[in-house]
Amino acid sequence: MSFDALSAILLIPAGAAVLLAMLPGYRLTAQLNVLASLLAFLASVSLFFVTPVSGPYLLVDDLNKVFIVLNTFVGFTTAMFSASYIGHEIETGKLTPRFVRFYHAMYQVLMFGMNLSLVANNIGLMWVAIELATLSTVLMVGIYRTHEALEAAWKYFILASVGIGLALFGTILVYMAAQPVVGEGLNAMVWTVLMTKAQHFDPALLDVAFVFLLLGYGTKVGLAPLHAWLPDAHAEGPTPISAVLSGLLLNVALYALLRFKMLLALNPVAIAPGPLMVTMGLISCLFAAFMLYRRRDIKRLFAYSSIEHMGIIVFAFGMGGPLANFAGLLHMTMHSLTKSAIFFTVGNISQVKGTQKIADMGGLTETHPVLGWGLVLGVVAIAGLPPLGIFMSEFLVVTSTFAREPWLAVLLGLGILVALGGLLLRLNAVAFGEPKGPVGPVHASYVPMFAHLAIVFMAGVYLPPALVTGFENVARLLG
Amino acid sequence: MHGLTFDVAHLLAGSLVLVSFMLLYQSRLYALLNIFALHALVLAASVGWQASAQDAPHLYVTAAIALIFKAIIIPVALHRIIVKLGIHRQIENVVGVGLTMLLGIGLVALSMVVMLRVTAGADALAREDLAFALSVVLLGLLMMVTRRNAVSQVIGFMSLENGLVLAATGARGMPLVVEISVAFSVLIAFIVIGIFLFRIRERFDTVDLQALDNFRGERR
Repeated sequence: MSFDALSAILLIPAGAAVLLAMLPGYRLTAQLNVLASLLAFLASVSLFFVTPVSGPYLLVDDLNKVFIVLNTFVGFTTAMFSASYIGHEIETGKLTPRFVRFYHAMYQVLMFGMNLSLVANNIGLMWVAIELATLSTVLMVGIYRTHEALEAAWKYFILASVGIGLALFGTILVYMAAQPVVGEGLNAMVWTVLMTKAQHFDPALLDVAFVFLLLGYGTKVGLAPLHAWLPDAHAEGPTPISAVLSGLLLNVALYALLRFKMLLALNPVAIAPGPLMVTMGLISCLFAAFMLYRRRDIKRLFAYSSIEHMGIIVFAFGMGGPLANFAGLLHMTMHSLTKSAIFFTVGNISQVKGTQKIADMGGLTETHPVLGWGLVLGVVAIAGLPPLGIFMSEFLVVTSTFAREPWLAVLLGLGILVALGGLLLRLNAVAFGEPKGPVGPVHASYVPMFAHLAIVFMAGVYLPPALVTGFENVARLLG
Repeated sequence: MHGLTFDVAHLLAGSLVLVSFMLLYQSRLYALLNIFALHALVLAASVGWQASAQDAPHLYVTAAIALIFKAIIIPVALHRIIVKLGIHRQIENVVGVGLTMLLGIGLVALSMVVMLRVTAGADALAREDLAFALSVVLLGLLMMVTRRNAVSQVIGFMSLENGLVLAATGARGMPLVVEISVAFSVLIAFIVIGIFLFRIRERFDTVDLQALDNFRGERR
């Protein structure tokens, strides 16, 4: 394989992981981590200009380009945030330099795993990559070694392993369905080959396979009732990891699910995957919306909000059709950007306040105006208020559903409204009112947070036509 | 694919399900480990037989991995961990053995009904293998649900992965890439588990997950 952008987005994180594991000194490694993430992002942007040739293992098409660019961009900004965040963790003695070295190496392993699963042209390779990404996050969630962190990591490990185990079973079943048509060997696992011959596959096998894949990868997407690992893993790990989990890893699992959905859609006799996804998405959205009211931990609050939004996204893709798919893609992008921005803010807040309990925070807009108003802006965006990007994508999801299934749209709208109430209630407690807790200075860079929020704001006001046509192409691909 | 070849393959895959049942009711950790080693041994034999039956030499590698890693290295290592943690005398109360076994039987019946129905077109050996493999996977899940001890949960998880390997070998000509990576991921998973058990021990002086549950973030 010649060296091109495609191999670059895999080799850069892989090489960086090895390098970071060997180098001492957290300042240097933190900067190298940012640099490696920036290079990977630049390489992924270049995919738009020069499309590398796809082989039996790797693939680049319009669908995964969107995911890769989003993945490497948020990976880059999170690395920037992480550099300042981790510095503070060392000063307060929560992490030792040895653990930071390990953390940076694992961060790049995670980026490698996610990039690999996005460009994999082989259903087996994709599975392996997702497992790799999961294991690296398990290690990072447990890095503080407190009671809560260990419990969260253990729970995450067990549930995610079972999930990816079921996904592997589904993957094997897809191979079994493809093997009589495509023939034995490698070809029966290659996406591009599978897509051309899917109409001849055994529909019954595909049906069962999809159920396993939906349960397996659905666990990783965080769909209710398989979401139990998600709030703990978000709350107890380092905040940069919460941002990457919510903003990226959930999307990667969703991407896998979408690929299999496209495969099933090509077979006329197999079950339509849409209704299954719509049901799970709707349940997740409603369930998480009501759960928002009982949260006392700020990171858990936003973890439940992630479940709600993944529910909406899965719902949109389940509805299908050009408009709903477009809305789903837009919502996914906006959610990744907004949610990671919120976690950047929350990370800084909890470092200043020394706690994650909502009851111990208050009056942030008075004591820390930048952080406080940043949080207000982020929550306003995530709750789906105009004029920000998420309002537009949620509006598109609901209206496109109204035209086809009014009742479903009513239920979805209810979920969104309930979540809005829950989020604003908590926001009020944290951002306004009497100041509570320590009022020390903030040691953090605001750049990543405001960069994300600026993009989300821009998208709400004006979507560039190039982006719209790009998303429309992908929406058509998704069927 | 008929006669003796088929019968032996059937026997081995069936034995794997049987050993899965044996795992369900073991109350002593040592006994549990020994039965798991047996589980891996049966898997290795089953994969080895498939390798000769399908004339697929790469499956011998998978069989060897199952034999060396899962039947020898992992049980020995877990054995040492148990000794180090000083929990080798512990007896885990397996509640409701009768009910668990009945549930297990139900799960096996379910997987037979599902898999045999949908694979009507595939060849007989692959059908049987998939049905047995799904049974082993579901029994592993059942074990993880019913056990409270971290070591037994890990063993439940590994028996689940054995079922997945059986399914992968049953699928004719599935490329080697996957099997090697499955083995590798088991290894990685094992390292993770090892680290975890030590960390849990470090913090709690027990590997009983009930103790972990008491530290749940929001209950306090």
